[in-house]
Amino acid sequence: MMMKILTVCGLGQGTSLILKMNVEQVLGERGIQADVEHTDVSAASSMQADYIVTSNELSESLVGHNAKVFIVNNYFDMDEINQAIDENIVKDQ
Amino acid sequence: MKFLDENLVEVGVEVESAQEAIEEAGKLLFQEGLVEDSYIRAMVNAYKENGPYFVLAPQIAIPHARPEDGVKEASVSFVQLKKPVVFGHTSNDPVQLVFGLGASSSDEHLTLLKKLTSLLNNPQNVKKLTDARNYAAIKLILEMER
Repeated sequence: MMMKILTVCGLGQGTSLILKMNVEQVLGERGIQADVEHTDVSAASSMQADYIVTSNELSESLVGHNAKVFIVNNYFDMDEINQAIDENIVKDQ
Repeated sequence: MKFLDENLVEVGVEVESAQEAIEEAGKLLFQEGLVEDSYIRAMVNAYKENGPYFVLAPQIAIPHARPEDGVKEASVSFVQLKKPVVFGHTSNDPVQLVFGLGASSSDEHLTLLKKLTSLLNNPQNVKKLTDARNYAAIKLILEMER
């Protein structure tokens, strides 16, 4: 089954979409196939996923989620996103 | 769709708080008829209710609300603060660059976010936006991006 990743923000409108674009870019460059969806934090709680990427601020609301939750602090820093994906996704493959 | 047009950009703005900074970014959208005034309140409420998660990189905040809170046209404004203010973000405070996002549910919304992301993915652009003293300098950055 295709890997499912959620990018999560407060409203699911802007911030999570920006993160989704940059996560997809990094995954694409590395040839990792995944279905990336953006959503708000309350919808995310009841959604099924393998991974959730979000900010430190919102990660506390997602404690206990079945998905592995990891944090990106700077959404425009491709090096940080690359590293987060390395440490959290690539290691699991 | 409006992206950082001259009337949507203000440099060297003085504010005392995060709320004021959000209101300034919202006001630019409102004055151009791109959002209802209710949208400015919704932007502030989103900050109060959900916290500063929209400070998504060092110095950079992208306050917004939902399309149904009063957006007439997909749009992005920009307020460069004279002095940075604290939004309460653990790693990205203080904020100097505030992009007001008029979020719509149209394809234009995605186009605007792509433009904004490609602009801000480049650290040199972030520095230039911080240093800009007038709209001409901002316009130059935008033209280089095209």
